[in-house]
Amino acid sequence: MNTEKNTNSHIYWNPYFGGFLLGIIIIFTFYLTGRGLGASGAMKSSVVTIVDKVAPTHAENNAYYSQFLNEDETPMNTWLVFEALGLLIGAFISGSLAGRIRWRVQHSPKISSKRRLVFALIGGILFGLGAQIARGCTSGAALSGMAVLSSGGFITMLAIFGTGYLVAYFFRKNWI
Amino acid sequence: MELLIFNSMSIAASWDSIIAICIGIAFGFVLESSGFSSSRKMAGVFYGYDFAVLKVFFTAAVVAVIGIYYLDYLGYVDITKLYIHPTYVWGAIIGGAIMGVGFVAGGFCPGTSLCGVAIGKIDAWVYLVGLLIGIFIFSELYAFFEPIYNGYSLGNVTLIDSFGWNPYWIIFIFSIIAIVAFVVSDIVRKKIKKVFY
Repeated sequence: MNTEKNTNSHIYWNPYFGGFLLGIIIIFTFYLTGRGLGASGAMKSSVVTIVDKVAPTHAENNAYYSQFLNEDETPMNTWLVFEALGLLIGAFISGSLAGRIRWRVQHSPKISSKRRLVFALIGGILFGLGAQIARGCTSGAALSGMAVLSSGGFITMLAIFGTGYLVAYFFRKNWI
Repeated sequence: MELLIFNSMSIAASWDSIIAICIGIAFGFVLESSGFSSSRKMAGVFYGYDFAVLKVFFTAAVVAVIGIYYLDYLGYVDITKLYIHPTYVWGAIIGGAIMGVGFVAGGFCPGTSLCGVAIGKIDAWVYLVGLLIGIFIFSELYAFFEPIYNGYSLGNVTLIDSFGWNPYWIIFIFSIIAIVAFVVSDIVRKKIKKVFY
């Protein structure tokens, strides 16, 4: 894509360098807090909060939401929500420095933006559902799990990537 | 606020959210700089045109596990006191499989979608809305998913508990597997037609 004005915007870090720093962050997080990183936890807190605001009785009667509801505190006041806010800030800083900030829909030239957005929505719904069933996503279950050799972390990682490769053929038109 | 376990130093609980935000900033910065705000770069791992996901993910896992066990060996961290992600066998398999399909369909995972959101990718915003809907569906149908969610629990077990292997051998073999995977991924990438994005 040399036709694009800002060619630098597609140059990313060496993946081993990024991975190394990410590993150091995980070690630091375990050292400081006794647990790993997470991402889907903040989204769960958001859903619990929204449902609790819209339909409080319904949330209290639901066996899942009620686990995260507390009389005195909002479910947004958790470590993972602040971490996710930080994640947004950190990604914004990195994107700003590299000149990658702008509104756009990124998709293969072979498909329309609308198709990309429909598949993004479907993918999000599936990932959100799966992350609840497995009690964590790629960050919380797979990566942070593997960092302490959790059996569940390894199973989740194998299931995510194994299934990804199995079904990749059916989604190839979206990407290649 | 959740309680944090501090090793060999004490920090007031009021610092919790500040520490959380700082760790999050570092996490987000590294993910975005590694290209994880781009769904087309992420999806490359499944089609062989870009293995950044594999390289970053496995390098991070290997560095983290070596570092944590080394800190434990030196006595700075007590590994038995760390939070071990619990193992619910079928929850992990079924949940992981559903996430795998979601990954290929959407091109993001929750953490990386936040990176996309931060730099203005509209597909990432839509993906995030999808995530919230998915979590909402799970919660509303909790009675249906509850047997998988709470069943087949082995507790907070590690590979050491499950198989009785020596942790240092596990880490050594895991590192070898990662290095082999990096070499193979570079060979595969050279054979596959380049995709520009």
